[in-house]
Amino acid sequence: MSNQNEEDWDLIIKPRTPFFHFEIKEVWEYRDLLLLMVKRDLTTVYKQTILGPLWFILQPILTTLIFTLIFGEIAGLPTGKMPALLFYLSGLIIWNYFSETLLSTSKTFTDNAAIFGKVYFPRLIMPLAKVISGLLKFFIQFVLFLMVLWFFILFKGLHISVDASFLLIPVLVLLMAGLGLGAGIVLSALTTKYRDLIFLINFGVQLMMYATPVIIPLSDVPSHYQWIMTINPMTSVIETFRYAFLGTGTLDVSGLLYSLIFTTLLLFIGIMVFNKVEKSFIDTV
Amino acid sequence: MSSSRSVIKVEKMSKLYRLGQVSTGSVSHDLNRWWAGLRGKEDPYLKIGEKNDRLKKGDSEYVWALKDINFEVQQGDILGIIGKNGAGKSTLLKLLSRTTSPTQGSIKVKGRIASLLEVGTGFHPELTGRENIFLNGAILGMNKTEIKRKFDQIVDFAGVERYIDTPVKRYSSGMYVRLAFAVAAHLESEILVIDEVLAVGDLEFQKKCMGKMGDVASEDGKTILFVSHNMQAIQKMCNKGLLLKNGLLSSQGSMDKIIQEYLSDASPNQANVEIDNGQSKELMPGYAMNIQIIDEQQQLIPEIPVGKPWSIKVRYQINTSLESFVFAIGISTELDVAIRTVFTEAHKVLPGQYEAVLSYTDILLSSGKYNLAIGLSNYEKTFAYYPDVACVWISDISDIRNEKIIKTKATGLIINPLNIYVTKIS
Repeated sequence: MSNQNEEDWDLIIKPRTPFFHFEIKEVWEYRDLLLLMVKRDLTTVYKQTILGPLWFILQPILTTLIFTLIFGEIAGLPTGKMPALLFYLSGLIIWNYFSETLLSTSKTFTDNAAIFGKVYFPRLIMPLAKVISGLLKFFIQFVLFLMVLWFFILFKGLHISVDASFLLIPVLVLLMAGLGLGAGIVLSALTTKYRDLIFLINFGVQLMMYATPVIIPLSDVPSHYQWIMTINPMTSVIETFRYAFLGTGTLDVSGLLYSLIFTTLLLFIGIMVFNKVEKSFIDTV
Repeated sequence: MSSSRSVIKVEKMSKLYRLGQVSTGSVSHDLNRWWAGLRGKEDPYLKIGEKNDRLKKGDSEYVWALKDINFEVQQGDILGIIGKNGAGKSTLLKLLSRTTSPTQGSIKVKGRIASLLEVGTGFHPELTGRENIFLNGAILGMNKTEIKRKFDQIVDFAGVERYIDTPVKRYSSGMYVRLAFAVAAHLESEILVIDEVLAVGDLEFQKKCMGKMGDVASEDGKTILFVSHNMQAIQKMCNKGLLLKNGLLSSQGSMDKIIQEYLSDASPNQANVEIDNGQSKELMPGYAMNIQIIDEQQQLIPEIPVGKPWSIKVRYQINTSLESFVFAIGISTELDVAIRTVFTEAHKVLPGQYEAVLSYTDILLSSGKYNLAIGLSNYEKTFAYYPDVACVWISDISDIRNEKIIKTKATGLIINPLNIYVTKIS
């Protein structure tokens, strides 16, 4: 037997991990896997479809048209000063990104049980891959949005006033990614044991959309109901996005700060419970 | 002090599992745990775990799949882990490969550890062979440059060059498995944890895999932990062994010693079968009572090392005098191919208990499971027939290292040494 110190070991597997344990180094070591997973997510979805990646933009276009028809034309809901089409499209692409990220990351453990049961790699790779592949999809939809906006400016005489709030876009992207990921991984940790949540999540996300200004601008919501929207951290993301591009809606700094703090806390809690569960979820899944 | 260094050190490791439905009552258990944790007490469910014995029904909902496991692995060792089903082998592999964490104790590892509990983990059917090599390699812990460097070797080893840009869902199952194994075989980790992944593919490929595994260990000085039911493979490959029994580490040492211990330990129940004839047995002219598989020393033996002589001993009861009684024993393969049925001469019998012994000393059967049938008849009319009454296991490990006897089924069911004489005639 050799006389080795504790420090000589590269890896020590123990029952418990520290309270907060985030191996950014380990995730970095597996960055190639992360990229391959992103590629897999993007390429496999539309294999053997005729339209392929066109579906990325067809989905928001069709939904926007339906929303414009039903909420705008038939129900006659106000959309502030901006054209209904742009209003709904901007809200939808952000909301879709958030809800898809939340839904896909919340299934991290249940969907990957087969792989997780056979081989170790930082489990966070899987939800992170979803976040990134979703961002690429979002980017394509964002370009679509810019094209529609450009069309309105050129042919419909739309006037937009762009100011420095334009620079907030990266922050908004980070916020919606962080919120989707944070909520998703908290839920993924809980669903390993209590499967009831899966049903609740699908349903809950659908309902939650009505507590964001996707369909009705915050300013048009009766004041005694506004608090429901303002406690939703996604509200300020959507409002600010519209403000930045269309110059309407509100730029509410305190709302943005609230979302920022909320996101940070959620991510912190998310990583904490995710770590706790990843060590032994395979026994309960 | 030895010159080799430990690369794995497992100390006092235990793993507790909860039996039954996970969801029922887990909320209340979680609350109890949380409450105990708040008061700074130990998890209340840790104390009540029982020894992992499948055959006995315990009172506790919790069971120790592994309890107080201690061992060390030196660099370059090929460690075979054996034990009956449910002894804790898979749990040990899961812990070593970090797919679940121990309840108590620790595992210390030096170097990169990669686990192959399955071939083709993470293979996506829609992706091409090329894409899957990269994806699977990355899942197993290789980075892009390592995979690129090994890419040609992997494709070559798998023999799928023509199909490398075809989605793997179009692959034959053999090609799929070959590709998956090829990726795994080219891992660059210092420690490999391997489950029975070799039990795949055709015979030729299995041999290739075994060879590759052996090379990997001897050339690169890699450490391998190997779990298998294939005793032949284990005996060939491993130099050290661990025997697990009901979640406890029963013994460790050289592989040959461990295999002997495992075989002598196998339950003798299978070698001694009491035959249930039901209520009407006293009305029958006669019936078989008991069948035993024994070795040369008259000891019960459920698993017979290939090449060793063995016997079947049957006790039967005759109720009435019979004029032309014939007793028969048949042996057939698992697939019901009859190998041989042996009859006694027709003879007179008086009521009483009899014992018949049939020895297989001259025919050497290759490894596998064989079914036994027995029949009792009078004037060629069978009055008691017992198909599949017992089975014989011939195991492919052997303590008589007789090189003339070829032990695999590849050469047929009968493995007696036979010679081909060649003479030049023109």
